[in-house]
Amino acid sequence: MTGLRVLAAGPGVTIQDGGRHGSLRYGVTVAGPMDPLAHALANRALGNEPDAAAIEISLGGIEITAEDRPLTFAVAGGAFQITLDGQVLPGACVASLEPGATLKLRAGPAGVWCYLAVCGGIDVPPVLGSRATHGRTRMGGLEGRMLQAGDRLRTAAPAGTGIATGAILAPLLERPPEAIRVLLGPQHDYFAADQIEAFLTGPWTISIRGDRMACFLEGPKLTHRLGFNIPSDGVAMGAIQVPGEGLPIVLMADRQSTGGYPKIATVIGVDLGRLAQARPATQIRFQAVSHAQAVQALAEERAFLAGAILVEPLTRRTFSSDFLLGLTLVDGWIDALRPCLELKPPPR
Amino acid sequence: MSADAGAGPVFLDAGESALVVEFGRSVDPAISDRVLALDAALAADPPEGLRELVPTYRSLMIHYDPLVLDRAQLVARVEEQMAAPAQQVRAAASWTVPCCYDLPHGEDLAELAALMGLSPAQAASSHARGRYRVYMYGFSPGFTYLGGLPEEIAVSRRTTPRPPHDTKAVLVGGGLSAIASFAMPTGWYVVGRTPERLYAPERANAFLFEPGDSLRFEPIDPDTFAQLEARAESGEIVARRTAS
Repeated sequence: MTGLRVLAAGPGVTIQDGGRHGSLRYGVTVAGPMDPLAHALANRALGNEPDAAAIEISLGGIEITAEDRPLTFAVAGGAFQITLDGQVLPGACVASLEPGATLKLRAGPAGVWCYLAVCGGIDVPPVLGSRATHGRTRMGGLEGRMLQAGDRLRTAAPAGTGIATGAILAPLLERPPEAIRVLLGPQHDYFAADQIEAFLTGPWTISIRGDRMACFLEGPKLTHRLGFNIPSDGVAMGAIQVPGEGLPIVLMADRQSTGGYPKIATVIGVDLGRLAQARPATQIRFQAVSHAQAVQALAEERAFLAGAILVEPLTRRTFSSDFLLGLTLVDGWIDALRPCLELKPPPR
Repeated sequence: MSADAGAGPVFLDAGESALVVEFGRSVDPAISDRVLALDAALAADPPEGLRELVPTYRSLMIHYDPLVLDRAQLVARVEEQMAAPAQQVRAAASWTVPCCYDLPHGEDLAELAALMGLSPAQAASSHARGRYRVYMYGFSPGFTYLGGLPEEIAVSRRTTPRPPHDTKAVLVGGGLSAIASFAMPTGWYVVGRTPERLYAPERANAFLFEPGDSLRFEPIDPDTFAQLEARAESGEIVARRTAS
């Protein structure tokens, strides 16, 4: 077993896997990553299952070191600043952490969430079949709480050797936040046509009040045609509910399983991470798409994650950002469908 | 509002990976029956790509993988199910749930009783006389929404929430009763507490009740509460199940 130790952690750093599925009918929150694509990509770059348990890092950042043995890790998500013993690494990368060395992830120029995956995933006991942390019910993860300095975590598999290290090439991660695609409904008939148009015109500003449960929006107040109380029904991730005061709330990973406000629209699956990564004060608009378009986008993302994740080797011990920007050759890759230990080493 | 109980369902998208099958817009046992019949039928023979079913008062949310299970196929499957003769897939269970209405457990009972022009003892016996239906879970793990609250204690919710109650609180508000497994602030009134654990992740049955089950409360005194709570904490189920 390989382990890591948390040297420092800001608030809001938790262990998340693909989410706690199967107990929604009993009121259990799914939790899971705020940016599912980035979470899955970090896992895939190591040959893990896309829903393996990884560390979700908030703007508060984290510092870790490896214990006993070198630890191969992958990072993906918002544009965080990643340093390994002071050396700058690309914002999405695979690298090895030696015992005693320090890996720091700090908020960078953009993005809210970053994912740190290790070979085999983080080994904490599953609760109701999942390792995802849900803070409000203190369920999953490490004692159901945020990580803090001094925490020791084990990985579920030995350190990967021979894994391609370098920058992860992931054009899908470049997702400008301006237009967030939605499917109207399930309760858009609670709003008159001009209110739906106001919703789609916006623009909406991401409020500072957001957390893992919800993203609050500021903008034109919407009015309801049929009142704002409905008998509570199921709530999907990305559901946009409009309470009585008229400002929409997008329900995210830590949402409650059911809710009693009309939901005017739902953010499509592939744009959940795009929205989650938008910082407070960012302006967004919603764009209505068809069910077929949403499924098509999902199919493209799934194909990307199922294919080989391209990793561009870093050949110098110390790299400047100019050097990193100058890298263009793609000559290292791993087969994301194969487990950690069988991965091909990068060609030298 | 039970008129819409006989109409065909409406299919609503909650994103590309969840379909809401809505049977009506009101809280009504006949509508709930249709929700639960579809829930049971799909759970008994789930099409490939079906991920999770969430029954609520008047609709069933079907979470699915649209790359495996096409939306049109799913709708056709549901319609086929609706056309088929109703079959009882699962017999609803009846439960007797111990509840202590005395202080310190029923901390809002006197307040509720005063609002409804009753003595605390009358309010407690009214609540214990109710025959409840488990409509759905929601809000937090094991939080059950119970219909069937006797009218004389059917108080509306508080205008502002009260401070956090204890775990396993038995609540009344908005014309319903409920059992809350987790401590939290609430707009409901705490009329009692049950020693039973509605969420016990280490137990084989982490959750006891299924939507559609019926339930009654059995008053117990604080000493009995303490004994049953100790047994429940050691993993025993202290609510009693009887087939109906």
